[in-house]
Amino acid sequence: MKRLGLKKMWLVLAVALLVMLVACHPALAAGEGDAKSPEEISTSLDTVWVLVAAALVFFMQAGFFFLEGGLTRSKNVANAMLKGVMDFCLGALVFWMLGFALMFGADRGGFVGASGFLSNLANPEWNGLPLYVFLLFQIAFAGAAATILAGAVAERVKFSAYCIATVCITGLIYPVVGHWIWAEGGWLYRMGMLDFAGSTVVHTVGGICALVGAWMVGPRVGKYNPDGTPNAIPGHNIPMAALGTFILWLGWYGFNPGSTLKASSAIATIAMTTTLAASAGAAVAMFVTWFRYGKPDVSMSFNGALAGLVAITAGCAYVSMASSVVIGMVAGALVVFAVEIIDRKLKVDDPVGAISVHAVNGIWGTIAVGLFAQASFGEANGVAAVNGLFFGGGVAQLGRQLLGVVSVLAWVGVTSALLFLALKKTVGIRVSEEGQKLGLDITEHNLEAYPEFQPAITEKGVI
Amino acid sequence: MKKVEALIRPDRLEAVMRELRSLGYPGVTVTEVKGHGKQKGVTHMWRGAEYRVEFLPKVKLEAVVLDEDLGKVVNAVLRAARTGSIGDGKIFIYEVMDAVRIRTGESGFNAI
Repeated sequence: MKRLGLKKMWLVLAVALLVMLVACHPALAAGEGDAKSPEEISTSLDTVWVLVAAALVFFMQAGFFFLEGGLTRSKNVANAMLKGVMDFCLGALVFWMLGFALMFGADRGGFVGASGFLSNLANPEWNGLPLYVFLLFQIAFAGAAATILAGAVAERVKFSAYCIATVCITGLIYPVVGHWIWAEGGWLYRMGMLDFAGSTVVHTVGGICALVGAWMVGPRVGKYNPDGTPNAIPGHNIPMAALGTFILWLGWYGFNPGSTLKASSAIATIAMTTTLAASAGAAVAMFVTWFRYGKPDVSMSFNGALAGLVAITAGCAYVSMASSVVIGMVAGALVVFAVEIIDRKLKVDDPVGAISVHAVNGIWGTIAVGLFAQASFGEANGVAAVNGLFFGGGVAQLGRQLLGVVSVLAWVGVTSALLFLALKKTVGIRVSEEGQKLGLDITEHNLEAYPEFQPAITEKGVI
Repeated sequence: MKKVEALIRPDRLEAVMRELRSLGYPGVTVTEVKGHGKQKGVTHMWRGAEYRVEFLPKVKLEAVVLDEDLGKVVNAVLRAARTGSIGDGKIFIYEVMDAVRIRTGESGFNAI
């Protein structure tokens, strides 16, 4: 006891001495030395905020692959994890090399950027921010756009084809759209289309790639009967899907408020519209499924939250709290009906609902800006001050939003179709029937994700 | 000797074990199994689509008993495992030719 007491006293003395030394240091005395200007402090805050936001958006990647892994079967879960990890890693490299230059480089005719390939300077600057923090933020966004495809083509896409596809999305398809809408020279930007954090740029782009991919790869073995009726293929881990959903939601607090690229007061409003839309989306999806199926559907309610998040992404800085609730409610209903139509009418197999969440609600959210935008909110948040159709602005903004949506659908539809066609003719895009039955973990990676578990026995055999 | 093989609801296992112990038969083998009788499986819902689960989880419990205890043991299982609803399970009874305890080599009912 005595020894310990002495030790503690020495520690206290040492700390006190250190504090005195530091306090007496001339550079640290108030009003002297290297005190920072308000501009420098502001830049520091902005840098920290954008880096934190980038990290949150980066972590959405985990949300995506956990959601996918949970909603699919255990024999394909290791494949789902590697797809999610690899599309980020390959995407980060290609976006640094190519994508960033196409998106934010010197404008060429409003269509594409063309400078800043392989950024390699010592701490360059970009619009008042260190360029590398902006680049990292944009890499995380590009990763999100690319990984949306993963869930839609889960359980049957060839891993090699998937990797090539995501490289092409982050390297070319996504940055061109990003240039149109977010770069100052982009033709849709100049026209005044508004997509604050990327309902169109990220989610519609990823969602359309997902639609085209899922359609061209074809449904999973056993998904549709010979008469065309669909079979349910239950996922293996609902807790994984729940955690994935909330990781995505958490990441959205970087995605939407981070898109200010400034530590301004607007981040508070944006975080709230984001929260309300997600909550409204989840609640409405739950009630719609409760009413239609007799019980509240678990994974569709998760989809409802994500649908609300996707839909508010374009308008999060331009709309009121009440409008964000309405936007989220519509998204929650849309996602349920979209899943049913895509599954039963279009017969496109989308195991996780990626097309309904990202394409359908990306489009809805973009259109919603033309309906719900309020100049007072835009102005207070230091962004474009525009009134939508419901707030006396007429159809002008709605028209710009629709033009943006249609143009992006055309670009992504054509390029992604060409991409998957080329992959089909070369490396192949679909795992064989035998390989799918065995599971992609074994076929594509030669391992089992859960080697100590017994497989489930069903009438269709051991899965 | 007879072997009593009872296929029961997993949640009734504890009650059946309690009955067997009180009759002096603590030694059982329990296996998690799946199957169905006449009632077939159940219907579940996944993202708005119904699907059938044909094989339901059950517990298979095996115990070897003296001929004169058979009635008591079967009645005990009936008492403990019965809920009165479809899916309570079945009891099968087999003749046992012999039993051998591996540790000592004893045979017959002494080995049980």
